[in-house]
Amino acid sequence: MSGVQDDKTSETGHLHAMAEVAAIDATEAGDAVPEAAATEGAGMSVDTAPSPWRRLVSSPVVMTFFFLAVTMVLFSILAPGKFGTTSNFEQLAQNVAILTVVSIGTTFVIATAGIDLSIPSGIVLGEVFALKALGLVTVGSGTAVDVASEDTTAWYVVVALAASLLSGLLLGLINGFTVGYMRIPPMLATLGTLGGGLGIALLLQNGVNTATYALNSVATGQVIPGLSNLVLIGLLVVGIGYVGMHRAVFGRHTLAIGSSEESARRVGLKVERHLLKVYTVGGLASGFGGFLSVAYFSTTSVAGHSTDNLQAITAVALGGTSLFGGVASIIGTLIGVWIPAVLQNGFIIIGVQPYWQMVAVGVVLILAIYSDQLRRRSRSRR
Amino acid sequence: MTSSDDRSPAPALAARSVEKQFGQVRALRGVSFEAMAGEVTALIGDNGAGKSTLVKCLSGVHRPDSGTIEVDGQPVHMTSPTDAERMGIETVYQDLALAPDLDAASNVFLGREIRKFRFLHDQPAMRRQTAKSFADLGVGMVQDLRVPVASFSGGQRQSVAIARAAMWAQHVILLDEPTAALGVIQTAKVLDLIRRVRERGLAVVFISHNLPQVLEVADRVEVMRLGARVARFKSGETDVEQLIAAISGAYTNEVAA
Repeated sequence: MSGVQDDKTSETGHLHAMAEVAAIDATEAGDAVPEAAATEGAGMSVDTAPSPWRRLVSSPVVMTFFFLAVTMVLFSILAPGKFGTTSNFEQLAQNVAILTVVSIGTTFVIATAGIDLSIPSGIVLGEVFALKALGLVTVGSGTAVDVASEDTTAWYVVVALAASLLSGLLLGLINGFTVGYMRIPPMLATLGTLGGGLGIALLLQNGVNTATYALNSVATGQVIPGLSNLVLIGLLVVGIGYVGMHRAVFGRHTLAIGSSEESARRVGLKVERHLLKVYTVGGLASGFGGFLSVAYFSTTSVAGHSTDNLQAITAVALGGTSLFGGVASIIGTLIGVWIPAVLQNGFIIIGVQPYWQMVAVGVVLILAIYSDQLRRRSRSRR
Repeated sequence: MTSSDDRSPAPALAARSVEKQFGQVRALRGVSFEAMAGEVTALIGDNGAGKSTLVKCLSGVHRPDSGTIEVDGQPVHMTSPTDAERMGIETVYQDLALAPDLDAASNVFLGREIRKFRFLHDQPAMRRQTAKSFADLGVGMVQDLRVPVASFSGGQRQSVAIARAAMWAQHVILLDEPTAALGVIQTAKVLDLIRRVRERGLAVVFISHNLPQVLEVADRVEVMRLGARVARFKSGETDVEQLIAAISGAYTNEVAA
């Protein structure tokens, strides 16, 4: 065994290929499929790590980002002075903020190879709980529901936020318990809580919406001048999601469970409890989304949001998170949220029927998932 | 009790008259077993002889109905694989228990991550330690340590699993058919790895159906049949025919318990 080479590799460190004479693959690739040898570099020399370029191209996140960038450039060229303006981007950012928050939560769920269809009920319950909580706070002869947006106080906001998060927590716990402990397939478990949650929201509201301006400042105010709070909150949630998924042990375990539940259990991870936590994260994100929604739109929307689950799943899948679990990207989800929004906005601006957006998103979605499949297949070819 | 040499140290891991029943099936009928530190002990026997059940009792997956498990001569009670790990016993299962989408370092440290601020993982540190440990064990990784293990060959994956076990094991490493799915060259590499693990002073237990391979790598061979040990050999003092005879019940050198 050549010690010289070993030293060299440990020097170049963990970031590079650990080509070594004892390499099992070195001998094996020689008599294996030639193309495999070519792509893997076959350990012939020390610098056989996949090139950064290859890694870039094979990354779905980069692909979707590329797609988004090209689309934006195209719209900017086709509609000069209309699409590529700051105000248009501000508007776009506000429009996608709530979906971003919800999609970050869903990214965790999908990373476990799960799915959360109950997002609409989470959002609507979040709205309704916020409103009901405001209704419990007496202000003068009425309640906090009826205060004007400039008369609101931090206390009302906190009460409403707590109520929204509580509804999300409850929904998430139910989802997590049914999926994690009762072993009900996620699609059916969350289909159940989708219907059940919406039903409860409608019962609480007697099927009608209530308006409130008490929370407006949460969405439209500007803590940082020039940046709407709603966008700021969205960015904060992305940041938290990024750390949670890619830097925290929590995210690592989430991915491990999504990659192989059995293996995760074997190494001693508490799979059931972790799934409970993950679905709770999803529920909290939905509930928080409801809070933001009632703040932004100044009303509950018990009949709205019905496709938010599909929009969130689309965004997550576009962003390179694998629906088979084990692979996830928070930044990808952020990009994935923008693609449908940019297409819609761009088509309207250049005067194309906006319905084409639905067609385009459908095509892109299928392509994105197909590329994920290809990657999986080529990756485990041996 | 069997006649153990008084001068020899207590076995790193031992089973004493272990019984285990699943419903009507008596999987283990008073089996005894010993693995010594610095030795490779092969556990062989026909399908259904109880090898895997015994390994699961030794690794804390199953609890014996009766009999004892001893670590360094001390009786221990293990209620989960985590208990076994705490005692320095690591197991490599047939299906490896790797998360295919995670890279080698993440798999090696899965569930035992090096942490920063309690909730974050320290990936560079884990990668460094993995690279070092792999180099020490002579596990060559052609690919980048950041590549998911799904893209590894069967032999590489097996090596990652064994290296992970070797890295955490203080005492004993149990391998359930580590070479069953491997080609000739990969098998040779894995056997080399097993020898290197032994040279670190660990007790290595491995199950295999490949008798020439058993004779090649094992220091001692213990043969199981119908849930009990029927024969023990030093690998230099036996041959394939004798092992087959023991497996099939035609030969025994074990005094009935």
